[in-house]
Amino acid sequence: MNLKEKIKTIIVDKPLKLDCGQIINNFPLAYETYGSLNAKKDNAILVCHALTGDQFVTGLNPITKKDGWWSYAVGPNKSIDTNKYFVICANVIGGCMGSFGPGHINQETQKIYGTDFPVITINDIVNAQVNLLDHFEIKKLFSVVGGSMGGMQVLQFVSNFPEKAKTAVPIACTPSHSAQNIAFNELGRQAITADNNWSDGKYSSTKSTPDKGLAVARMAAHITYLSKKGLQEKFGRKLQERDDLKFGFDADFQIESYLRYQGSVFVDRFDANSYLYITRAMDYFDLVKQFDGNLSNAFKNSKTKFFIMSFTSDWLYPTQENKEIVIALNAVGADVAFVEIVSDKGHDSFLLNVPDFLKTLKNFLDKSYVE
Amino acid sequence: MKPEYKIISDIVDENSRVLDVGCDDGTLMEFLKKNKNVDIRGIEISKEKVQACISKGLTVIEGNAEFDLKQFPNKSFDYVVLGQTLQAFINPEAVIRELLRVGKKAIVTIPNFGHWKVRLNLLIKGTMPMTKTLPHEWYNTPNIHMCTIKDFFKFSQKINFKIFKSLALINENVSNINNSNLLTKNLFSELGIFLIEKSNEN
Repeated sequence: MNLKEKIKTIIVDKPLKLDCGQIINNFPLAYETYGSLNAKKDNAILVCHALTGDQFVTGLNPITKKDGWWSYAVGPNKSIDTNKYFVICANVIGGCMGSFGPGHINQETQKIYGTDFPVITINDIVNAQVNLLDHFEIKKLFSVVGGSMGGMQVLQFVSNFPEKAKTAVPIACTPSHSAQNIAFNELGRQAITADNNWSDGKYSSTKSTPDKGLAVARMAAHITYLSKKGLQEKFGRKLQERDDLKFGFDADFQIESYLRYQGSVFVDRFDANSYLYITRAMDYFDLVKQFDGNLSNAFKNSKTKFFIMSFTSDWLYPTQENKEIVIALNAVGADVAFVEIVSDKGHDSFLLNVPDFLKTLKNFLDKSYVE
Repeated sequence: MKPEYKIISDIVDENSRVLDVGCDDGTLMEFLKKNKNVDIRGIEISKEKVQACISKGLTVIEGNAEFDLKQFPNKSFDYVVLGQTLQAFINPEAVIRELLRVGKKAIVTIPNFGHWKVRLNLLIKGTMPMTKTLPHEWYNTPNIHMCTIKDFFKFSQKINFKIFKSLALINENVSNINNSNLLTKNLFSELGIFLIEKSNEN
């Protein structure tokens, strides 16, 4: 199949015990790499993607034919300079870009897993992708970097494997998913499961899929990625290709049209069941609880050099939650830098052209690399 | 580079752990790293300056010393440096207590409000003094709690910390301050530099 050829995959034969208790083995883990690994194998950066991301970090995504999700930050001479560094990104398990997920065929039933797929956690995701380090025979990453859910993976990664990363850059994330964020994720899941096409998750990709539900989930989530000010400045009350209100329920306003468009393009590239599973993994993420209420214990004796960034207008993963990580790290004397970047682009700031962010990330990595 | 950086570097032990509170663009941090091979961290309120520090490879967190020192454990640093910012805090007393909790020792520098030019400025002109070290107008100065070298000595008794070393900076020359020369040093020093430690009694 053409699609399969474009996706690189390793088969993980080592059994992986999931947090839910199930054991999985011989499962596929899809990945992509950029740049080249040097002889000393000390220039590798593991990039962890967010909820709806995938392994195609930069350049043209061969499946969607669109730019990779972190094209602003990753590439030759960019913040994560692929002339210098070997960038690895895995599609998370539970995802829909080649890694073991709910869209895969269950060998026992010969049907797609759907909701028979085990519930996975950020911990499971990280424990799966660490196999890529073995695959490339990398003992220690130069850095592990990610924003949002990617940042959660960064935290879990350094907690699970304190010796495997020289530096760590969790961006716009949290040590513990908040009630508000669980609420938004639940809204998205309810939109999907309320779509008749969802059929208890047993829809097949060749037949009708729950596109309407998934689009609504995406629309609601998309609002949370932006800021009120950013929306107001970009759209205000501008009308969509019309001179006046139409007194109906078409998209009169540009913001409505924009959201509908975001929803419609999303369903072409994302699987509804994956959306359920990955949002669940985020909701279950609570590194504080994992360490019995003391986040500092997650990073005890850590030699990793941390750099944490948040954004002024991010109300989904606000600065205060990012600072909790900084505080926990300082409490155990870890090496941690922190800055809040001024941006009115909301949570999405880390994905967009925010020069202060891109410049500071680049400087941190390049300086840490020569040290 | 500010002249007192060399003096601070002379005070700090090699390979020690240092926290620079209000580390500005990281000039002192870089200097101490190079000269004394210290393990140094910084805290700075200005985002631009934090970004500048990080771009130099320095470990700095954005924060306000008045509220954000509490995240550091007791005696987690050998030295905590506070350069010319004590006068800008809402509660200098609380800040000094925090410095002495977080650091085994603290190095505090203060622009001396007792300097003769400051005194003369007010006496002759009858307006709030403006000098090289105090360049702001009264209405836009960040310095809300100015003090003199003599005040700092009194302060040490009031909140009970020990002054190990007190140095005066006059035209880039350093000299010791003691009880017998305090009045003259308080008149001629532009800057006071103090190495302090928590008294055993508290």
